[in-house]
Amino acid sequence: MKILVTVKEVATVEDEFEIEGTGIADQYLGADLNEWDDYAIEEAVQLQEAGVADEVVTVTIGPEECEQTIRQALAKGADRAVRIWDDSLEDVDLLDVGAKTEILSAVVEEEDPDLVLTGVQAGDDSFGATGVSVAEHLGYQWGAVVNHLEHDFDDAASVRRELEGGVEELTEIELPAVLTIQTGINEPRYASLRGIRQAQRKELDVKALADLGVDESAVDAELELTDMYEPESESDVTTWEGSAEETAGELAELLRDKGVAQ
Amino acid sequence: MTDILAVTDHRRGELRDVSYEIITAGRQLANETGGDLHLAVISGTVDEFAEKLNREGVDAIHTVDYGEEFNHDVYTQAISQLYDELAPQYVLAPNSVNGLDYAPAVATQLDLPIVTDTIDLETDGETLIATREMYGGKVETTNELEGSAVATIRSAEWPQAEGTGDAAIEAFDADIDEDAIGSTVNGFEEVGGGDVDITEADVLVSVGRGIEEEDNLPLIEELADALSATVSSSRPIVDNGWLPKNRQVGQSGKVVTPDVYIAIGISGAVQHVAGMKGSDTIVAINTDPNAPIMDIADYAIVDDLFDVVPALTEEFQ
Ligand SMILES: Cc1cc2nc3c(=O)[nH]c(=O)nc-3n(C[C@H](O)[C@H](O)[C@H](O)COP(=O)(O)OP(=O)(O)OC[C@H]3O[C@@H](n4cnc5c(N)ncnc54)[C@H](O)[C@@H]3O)c2cc1C
Repeated sequence: MKILVTVKEVATVEDEFEIEGTGIADQYLGADLNEWDDYAIEEAVQLQEAGVADEVVTVTIGPEECEQTIRQALAKGADRAVRIWDDSLEDVDLLDVGAKTEILSAVVEEEDPDLVLTGVQAGDDSFGATGVSVAEHLGYQWGAVVNHLEHDFDDAASVRRELEGGVEELTEIELPAVLTIQTGINEPRYASLRGIRQAQRKELDVKALADLGVDESAVDAELELTDMYEPESESDVTTWEGSAEETAGELAELLRDKGVAQ
Repeated sequence: MTDILAVTDHRRGELRDVSYEIITAGRQLANETGGDLHLAVISGTVDEFAEKLNREGVDAIHTVDYGEEFNHDVYTQAISQLYDELAPQYVLAPNSVNGLDYAPAVATQLDLPIVTDTIDLETDGETLIATREMYGGKVETTNELEGSAVATIRSAEWPQAEGTGDAAIEAFDADIDEDAIGSTVNGFEEVGGGDVDITEADVLVSVGRGIEEEDNLPLIEELADALSATVSSSRPIVDNGWLPKNRQVGQSGKVVTPDVYIAIGISGAVQHVAGMKGSDTIVAINTDPNAPIMDIADYAIVDDLFDVVPALTEEFQ
């Protein structure tokens, strides 16, 4: 069985930041492997170690700078990586679900995996929709918010979908399928030094849209980001100032007033 | 005129609150251009659900009597067919776990753009202006979509619709292609049981990712002991296996309403807040003065938990 894992380098924001236009000013941005994808990678690697999968490929849409993040997935055990980038993506503010679907679907078609694992959402834009959208686009089956996957399956996957309020849904999903993976499904490993060394030699294919047969117009977002601002705080929070001892003292007094402890 | 098709949510025989909220969201959006609000009620005891959903502002309710529980293929097919029949401008779905299991598929099948997890929606009939958060609630954004679109709405952002409506309730004869159903739901299981019930606690000392390492957890436990309080947590702590599932507060954990909730190193992501915003008094200890938790906190200490928590414990020893 072949598994494709979608991997995204997400933007992280410092505590104090400024907004420029419709984005956060560069100097306040960092980058990280998307938390949810880390679990998707781990699940795929575990399936490979269990002898269920024989190849794990990662796919990323992103510029050259994100290769370090992709190599993390290779260091954890993925076999090879595909990175999609294109001049036409350079100026896109926000790649919407439709554009991601077009691009990733083309890769899935080319790779023809039995199982596609994505994260439930990306930690930065949090659409939580691309995995299911890709599945529908390609006629794959799917399951959203999967927090357990049985490791012995042939033509169907037995999963648990994590619903609200501590309820899990037990579902059988025919293959090929896209599963969006929820945090907590496993314990993502740290890459070993050996893994990190090996990752440097693993294949990382860079492709442009034309290589995938995707027309540039496909990335013209239908959703246009027109404004970004800090939410107006509705809070009337009382913030205690001072040293830790002083603020802890204030809180202690409050707790005593409320009769919490003496 | 902008007609809206809003899809309702139910599970194991109960309508979920967001079903009443989506009526309000749909009504508001329809009002902006004088359109109609159509509701879709799919699977389960649809007639009973339809009666309950017949609240003020609903123009028509379309029931699809097929199966008991949610199945995304049934939903996707039924909604797409309703869309073809009713030609609404917008399809609204809840941003619930199940909403995210069909709404993107509906958008793709109908070749419509989708915007998810919206907290405000406006339209002039042509352009949909959707407000949503990014970066875990640190910023809000507005997004514009031209023409027909699918939008999912965040729960608890719109009030529940009230009153009694006079909607026409009609059975919609959806043509469900069984061959296209690729998944089967075999049952449900409740998780997060066990000896501790955090929903019963008067005081919760709740720990988040700011604690950094499992080895630091005793700091929190000592505080809880000193206060005779119970320890709860945000999701990552449970994901990491540092605390059992029954300690998790939030959308996929427990909903708690203690007298005092002390959030320590918790950012206040929407899925966490869903589980604790009903607490009487909320105290946040966090190094980030802009963390979303500050929006709902009554009292805050903007400082390092590794300094504040031991000092607080000391106060009670
Ligand atoms: C479908 C779905 C369901 C989910 N369900 C839940 C749920 O039920 N419950 C839940 O909690 N989450 C849930 N989440 C996850 C949620 O989106 C967040 O990722 C999670 O709540 C973040 O936890 P956190 O606040 O502990 O961590 P972070 O967001 O990483 O926040 C850590 C905080 O600690 C602060 N901090 C760091 N160091 C210190 C220090 N030394 N002193 C003081 N403060 C410090 C930081 O400023 C930051 O605010 C769900 C997500 C999805 C997609």
